[in-house]
Amino acid sequence: MDWLALSNEEWTAIRLSLRVSAVAVLVSLPLGILVALALARGRFWGKSLLNGLVHLPLILPPVVTGFLLLILFGRRGPIGSVLDEWFGIVLSFRWTGAALACGVMGFPLMVRSIRLSIEAVDRKLEEAAGTLGASPPWVFLTVTLPLILPGVLAGMILAFAKAMGEFGATITFVSNIPGETQTLSAAIYTFTQVPGGDTGAMRLTLVAIAISMVALIASEALAQRLGRKVHLE
Amino acid sequence: MSLVVEARHRLGDFSLEAAFTSDGGVTALFGRSGSGKTSLVRIIAGLTRPAEGRVLLDDEVLVDTARRIFVPAHRRRFGYVFQEARLFPHLTVRQNLNYGRWFSPKGARTENPDRVVDLLGIAGLLDRQPANLSGGEKQRVAIGRALLASPRLLLMDEPLAALDEERKAEILPYLERLRDEVGIPIVYVSHSVAEVARLADRVVLMADGRIEAIGAASDVLSGPRLSSAAERREAGSVLAGRVEARDAAHGLATIRLDGGATILVPGAAVSPGETVRLRIPARDVMIATVRPEGLSALNILEGAVEAIEPDGEGMASLRIACGGDVVRARITAFSVERLGLAPGLPVHAVIKTVALE
Repeated sequence: MDWLALSNEEWTAIRLSLRVSAVAVLVSLPLGILVALALARGRFWGKSLLNGLVHLPLILPPVVTGFLLLILFGRRGPIGSVLDEWFGIVLSFRWTGAALACGVMGFPLMVRSIRLSIEAVDRKLEEAAGTLGASPPWVFLTVTLPLILPGVLAGMILAFAKAMGEFGATITFVSNIPGETQTLSAAIYTFTQVPGGDTGAMRLTLVAIAISMVALIASEALAQRLGRKVHLE
Repeated sequence: MSLVVEARHRLGDFSLEAAFTSDGGVTALFGRSGSGKTSLVRIIAGLTRPAEGRVLLDDEVLVDTARRIFVPAHRRRFGYVFQEARLFPHLTVRQNLNYGRWFSPKGARTENPDRVVDLLGIAGLLDRQPANLSGGEKQRVAIGRALLASPRLLLMDEPLAALDEERKAEILPYLERLRDEVGIPIVYVSHSVAEVARLADRVVLMADGRIEAIGAASDVLSGPRLSSAAERREAGSVLAGRVEARDAAHGLATIRLDGGATILVPGAAVSPGETVRLRIPARDVMIATVRPEGLSALNILEGAVEAIEPDGEGMASLRIACGGDVVRARITAFSVERLGLAPGLPVHAVIKTVALE
């Protein structure tokens, strides 16, 4: 069973993938909730444009998304140069850039799931909360948010799973640097490119399957617990 | 307490133009569905912004479109009981009840929340989830939740409409206790004559977004203005009186009406000296030109025809003056003709059923 033991580089790739995915999900979550709220509830000019923009990464080839990120967020890109000069944040060829690419790729899935659950919330309950003295922010925190929690969690898990598997956009934007931007998928790809890398690829594949299964089972269990609590009237 | 409401509003083809005032007690907004009752009460609550209008509670201006004032619902402290209970499904009954309490100013909080819980009979439900409650229980919790927010005015929008007769009968006594013990002014929306007669002091009668009549419950409910056929079928007289005696052996109470006549009411749990309200459905009053004999009916009042109002559908509404009270009867136009009824004619009103409110 020696072939099952993971090498240091493999561990690094796994840890990096987990960190990149977690950061991608957590950072995009507040924005995801805001965008989902705007799409579900808002009435404003350019709503379908925003909707299209959010869904673009789902439809575009990942390489195209990665290339666009490179143009926009690269050191000399319009956004990247501002981030570099004003905040000292550099995304290209860093793990934070990988997190950005993963976050962008998972964003449509997250927004979609949250948006659906917001649309399912009975607005009459929010109205009732208002008559009981709750201001709109409190209504959101005490009524809307608890009711959409299953959808938010489902969205987070979907985005996490997408981030774990992200390859095309990441490798295009931040390349494949071991220890910095070489995620699980990129590491598997690298193994398949060198002679005798099959066992390494197989090990990491098993790890990927295990992580996906754990995420799936955890989300099921969470959804069930919440579902019991949030019985719809 | 004085509430002033004036509103003009359009919703698609429907236009609302209504104004009324209330000086406390229970004011009923009464009319058939689609008459604009709910729109008006939503404007009072601040859930709808009227195109034009004013809402004032005492001296506080809540809405004045001319002065561009609109206080949002959450800052009005008006309780609202909806047709469906609208309990928060993710909270327990106790958390639901405490929800509004948390947002109400500390000085205004009900001293004794347990009293409201007892009054509504929901002490045993506190740790349950709303999903596991019956319709009647949910509605009582919803009423409690609104009350515990310490509202300055309680708006009730057909709180019983979604319930079956049994559940209605379960909640009505609680509403009466609420009216008598809590002392918060109530605006009660309903299309049921029976509910309004039982609860309201004043009635605002609405039809097609307009106000048809405003007045004491007994006047409006017995008036000819009840517009739909269903309302007319349900129409009747609401009379006030005092319990004179109670015959325990037969379970009969003798009630002396304010107008002087006495009426026997079966099965009433009242004690002598109590003031009560009686409701006599117009369709349960028969008219005889001579005193009938050998009849099972207990109550036969002597009086004279005051007015006859045919409704054009083969039926006629009669006002019979019996001493100082007016009893309404609903009989066929054919009977009016056959008996030769005319204003001023002495008749006997045979009352089949009386309900103690």
